[in-house]
Amino acid sequence: MADPKTPYVGRAMKRIEDPRLIKGIGTYVDDLRLPGLVHAAILRSPHAHARIRRIDTAAARALPGVIGVFTGADVNAACGLVPCAASIPDLKAPKHTVLAGDRVYFVGHPVAIAVASDPYAARDAVEAIDVDYDPLPVVANAEAAVKPGSPLTHPDLGTNVAYTHAVAGGSSIDEAFRSADRVITHRLYHQRLTPMPIEPRGVVASFHQGEGTLTIWSSTQIPHLLRTLLPGMIGVAENKLRIVAPEVGGGFGAKLNVYAEEALIAHLAMRLQRPVKWIESRRENAAVTIHGRDQVGEYEIAVRNDGQILGIRTRTIADLGSYLQLLTPAIPTLTGLVLTGCYRIPAVKIEIVGVYTHKMATDAYRGAGRPEATYLIERLMDVVANELGIDRLEIRLKHFPQPSEFPFATSCGLTYDSGNYQGALAKAKQLANWDQLVKDRDAARAAGKLSGIGVSTYVEICAMGPSKAMPAGGWEWGCVRMEISGKVTAITGVSPHGQGQETTFAQIVADRIGVPIEDVVVLHGDTNVAHYGRDTYGSRGTAVGGTAIVMCIDKIIAKAKTLAAHLFETTSDHVEFGNGVFTAPGVTNREIAWAELAGEAYVAKNLPAGLEPGLEASSFFEPQNFTFPFGTHIVAVAVDRDTGQVKITKYVAVDDCGPLINPLIVEGQIQGGIAHSIGQVLFEKTVYDENGQLLTGEFMDYALPRATDIPEYVLGHTVTPTSVNPLGIKGVGEAGTIGATPAIANAVLDALAPLGVTHLDLPMTPERVWHAMKTTTAATTA
Amino acid sequence: MPIPVRLRVNETDREHVIEPRVLLVHYLRDHCGLTGTHVGCETGICGACTVLVDGRAVKSCTMFAVQAEGSSVTTIEGVANGHLHPVQEGFWACHGLQCGYCTPGMIMASIHLLAENPSPTRAQIAEGLRGNLCRCTGYSHIIDAVARAGQGAASGREVARG
Repeated sequence: MADPKTPYVGRAMKRIEDPRLIKGIGTYVDDLRLPGLVHAAILRSPHAHARIRRIDTAAARALPGVIGVFTGADVNAACGLVPCAASIPDLKAPKHTVLAGDRVYFVGHPVAIAVASDPYAARDAVEAIDVDYDPLPVVANAEAAVKPGSPLTHPDLGTNVAYTHAVAGGSSIDEAFRSADRVITHRLYHQRLTPMPIEPRGVVASFHQGEGTLTIWSSTQIPHLLRTLLPGMIGVAENKLRIVAPEVGGGFGAKLNVYAEEALIAHLAMRLQRPVKWIESRRENAAVTIHGRDQVGEYEIAVRNDGQILGIRTRTIADLGSYLQLLTPAIPTLTGLVLTGCYRIPAVKIEIVGVYTHKMATDAYRGAGRPEATYLIERLMDVVANELGIDRLEIRLKHFPQPSEFPFATSCGLTYDSGNYQGALAKAKQLANWDQLVKDRDAARAAGKLSGIGVSTYVEICAMGPSKAMPAGGWEWGCVRMEISGKVTAITGVSPHGQGQETTFAQIVADRIGVPIEDVVVLHGDTNVAHYGRDTYGSRGTAVGGTAIVMCIDKIIAKAKTLAAHLFETTSDHVEFGNGVFTAPGVTNREIAWAELAGEAYVAKNLPAGLEPGLEASSFFEPQNFTFPFGTHIVAVAVDRDTGQVKITKYVAVDDCGPLINPLIVEGQIQGGIAHSIGQVLFEKTVYDENGQLLTGEFMDYALPRATDIPEYVLGHTVTPTSVNPLGIKGVGEAGTIGATPAIANAVLDALAPLGVTHLDLPMTPERVWHAMKTTTAATTA
Repeated sequence: MPIPVRLRVNETDREHVIEPRVLLVHYLRDHCGLTGTHVGCETGICGACTVLVDGRAVKSCTMFAVQAEGSSVTTIEGVANGHLHPVQEGFWACHGLQCGYCTPGMIMASIHLLAENPSPTRAQIAEGLRGNLCRCTGYSHIIDAVARAGQGAASGREVARG
């Protein structure tokens, strides 16, 4: 135990949530056991597009243990439409019901649901349902989908184009291109990815007939948004609805959604008057939990021969899949918001075309829009540097705003409140021993080896966010209660599922209230306990949710001072507070600790006139802006000439997320984020064939990084606080995934540069790298 | 047709009559009430369901419960006897878990790994955990945790901080 006077904030503390998890006694959705619980399994379409001629459930209903089998005709009217909260002008959207109507439009589209006394019987029932499909034409490629004559994902919409979103900012883009010495064009493809949390989704619903209350346990990141949105689907009032996110086994954006199954299981629990459980299989998770990314674009850059970038013009096609989940159409627009990265680029014009195809919907996957933008701009910086023969650090430094120029307004319309991009780059160079790294690479090349170094200097949008920029409010709620015993309960509206806020919030509370951390309990994830919230996504938990907690503490201390002044028989301006003790120097030698003060507050026999009993406060924090963490990643790789295998030989990451509450947890977030990027650059790609069949439906086919794929990291930080919140913290959950992808990709291309390879699409698998080495021509988008 | 199965789980004799098709992981979770063993894929790849069967790490989704007849099974609930197992301590101290879902399987695989090789190098730890997927941590802290738990703890690098 450290010196009790040492603040908890800033310490690499072990997590408070861990003991239950390492003992295997945490409760995930599938661990719930309720009396009378029955089990659901879902029949899903094997076709990407087909008319449903007939569904025969008789054989399934006759099986032992089967309680009911339901089709769209049975449940859709009662379950409403799957909601999309994104607001995009002139958006064309299909009406997506919880089970298919007369048509399926992606592989995995739910067609029928069976409920039985045990999960095995439910699966047997699904096997016994007979569906007569009439296959229809399929489009599984977004670029093909915008061509005339393409099959239509939804014939009634008359087009596959959901929307076109244009951003033009800064000075005149036409003038930029007119005055350029040259225009460099490059095509970049950001492949479709499957988030793959190790815990698939799951839902348990239980209806209390007497109270008329419905409780839903869901493996979700957003219990509060569910409580807001489900009433519109299933007709249960918000104040009769309790959503619980118990232990949640990973989210990465995949559980930032309102899914058909949540409404469906809730409906069946009410309809059958029994608690119902549905647990997603891995195959279902790969097919019907949202996918991420899937954007392809042509990028034109207007440059002067001295390396000055004058403007970027682009048309990006974003594959939305076949329908809209909660934020589907908004995600590609985030790419446009931060496309200029951490650079001063005077003019931009971005056109994003959202397109329907017969595939699963895309939506927010770790980073959501910013990894796409960062990959684009950081690849393009290397492309420009290589074309013009300029050093790639030099060209980045040339376009950084100076630290004194913040707040910095970008051509994309954002205002970055703070930044020191030069500082992060300098620190990363120093940690990487840059000059030696370059010498080593050159020596390896001279010896005939393929060795490369990659850099990315990134900025991201975090702490989402101001309500004016968020579909359903971007504030966060908190409540802090000094209990009568002197223990402290902090309740947050964010919904951590691995990010460790039970620990980091306890560190903040213990320091500010002045109690041992063991006396603090942080509660979350149950809408009957955390009454309001906007949940966990967009690296917002600590920066936005933590600030709401701080506001509560300030209110409690202010009230406690009033009470202490009364007990000291003085006025509150004479009362001082520190280390959990109230004093009134010069008035009395008496000290009042929290336990005594809390006793007075709740026993309430000696309160000043007008002071309410109790010591509890709640707050909503409304941030005035996003935050803009940044950093520099430097990666060295070796490519095997015989196999095309890429090995990461050095990884240096310097991230600036502001002050660190718990360095150990920050490190875990960054390392985990980088692992997602290692997967994206080297292994992962969600593949549909031309018939819309999903070929990556299992861990067997979709390659997550394994322990042997991970390098040893050198991690560093610079600390540039934000002014957006009083903690100065900016968020770190997505940083690794945003900064790492282009750094690794740039390193592989640097290694292959001596062979004349100037471009490779992601993922840079051994096969693709080997092929590029053999042909020494750029591999093209698959 | 249900048949009897007898095995020892966490030092307790168990006897149930179950369908022969019931996977060991479902038997442990649904019949023994030991929900610490998790299901991540049902195809033997993710390793979240790893338990020890007669001391060897086994993915319990790849085995029918009746195949464990007469065996001694240890699950995550059985490794701490009043105090945390060194591997559990390692995971806690090194932040070797985030969401915790893969953790029981990781811990069981690590116990087996250390039983085979009490002083593994980092590369040997990574190789030994290739059969267990984690999507949160990026594995680096997991390797720290196992190195700390092993007799070769001295070779386990302190977590790098800049």
